[in-house]
Amino acid sequence: MASKRTKPNSPRSLKQTEVRGPAQDKYSVLLPTYNERENLPLIVWLLVKSFSDSGINYEIIIIDDGSPDGTRDVAEQLEKIYGSDKILLRPREKKLGLGTAYIHGMKHATGNYIIIMDADLSHHPKFIPEFIRKQKEGNFDIVSGTRYKGNGGVYGWDLKRKIIRLYRKEVLQKLIENCVSKGYVFQMEMIVRARQLNYTIGEVPISFVDRVYGESKLGGNEVVSFLKGLLTLFATT
Amino acid sequence: MTKLTQWLWALVLLGSAWAALTLGALELPPACQEILWPLPAYLLVSAGCYALGTVGYRVATFHDCEDAARELQSQIQEARADLTRRGMRF
Repeated sequence: MASKRTKPNSPRSLKQTEVRGPAQDKYSVLLPTYNERENLPLIVWLLVKSFSDSGINYEIIIIDDGSPDGTRDVAEQLEKIYGSDKILLRPREKKLGLGTAYIHGMKHATGNYIIIMDADLSHHPKFIPEFIRKQKEGNFDIVSGTRYKGNGGVYGWDLKRKIIRLYRKEVLQKLIENCVSKGYVFQMEMIVRARQLNYTIGEVPISFVDRVYGESKLGGNEVVSFLKGLLTLFATT
Repeated sequence: MTKLTQWLWALVLLGSAWAALTLGALELPPACQEILWPLPAYLLVSAGCYALGTVGYRVATFHDCEDAARELQSQIQEARADLTRRGMRF
């Protein structure tokens, strides 16, 4: 089934769905960034390598929230190197948060699958073909990376919540509509809602290497709001 | 029903069963009565120990992946070289 043609640079409405056969699957990677000047070229290089080596059709959407360290400049260079069909820059004026970054990114995604991951190097893109394989294997709606099973593990004692997940596009859209919490908590809420809506979830063991460059945007505040979010979910679902 | 109300219901049901039995609703042998009374406290402490034990065990056996860290370092070098060749100004 042919995909709909749209004018270049016009945002796709959330209601349009791309129907593709398996040979035409396209994976959109959403990369929200804030002050990731050091990490961004590396993560993009690794993504391009993983996708190209496996012959997977992809695009990388970089959503920078007005980083003062020149992340955007680096993103523009990457767009020149790899092409604007593979690297899509969709920046925003200022820090508006992770959840809205995903929503914004999805509006511009032309893939039928969405991968969300962190732009620091804690998740290695080499796992993405495994996610894709796992998704096909079990026809899952969502595939999540786990550090706790199989060959999963960590290097560096950073046990904070880092998420890498593959979603069917329509599933992610539905979940985001339903989620109410803000900040990192919403990642957890997504899984709770997914269970409620009876979506199928698969897991792939991943290794997590503690961030090499830059500063994490996670702090004590996040832990408190995580606990509050957890209690809210407990009381409302 | 939310998770919270489920838990509250369960607590109320089990709690009232326990209260009824300790107050002698059924004629139970003294041995039973003796362990029934502090049972909630025992269960709570056991649950706590189990939780701590599990967390401790998982933390101690958490898989360490130095290979991944090493691999990442060498790929960072490779990436920087390749990108510089293609015109990236770091």
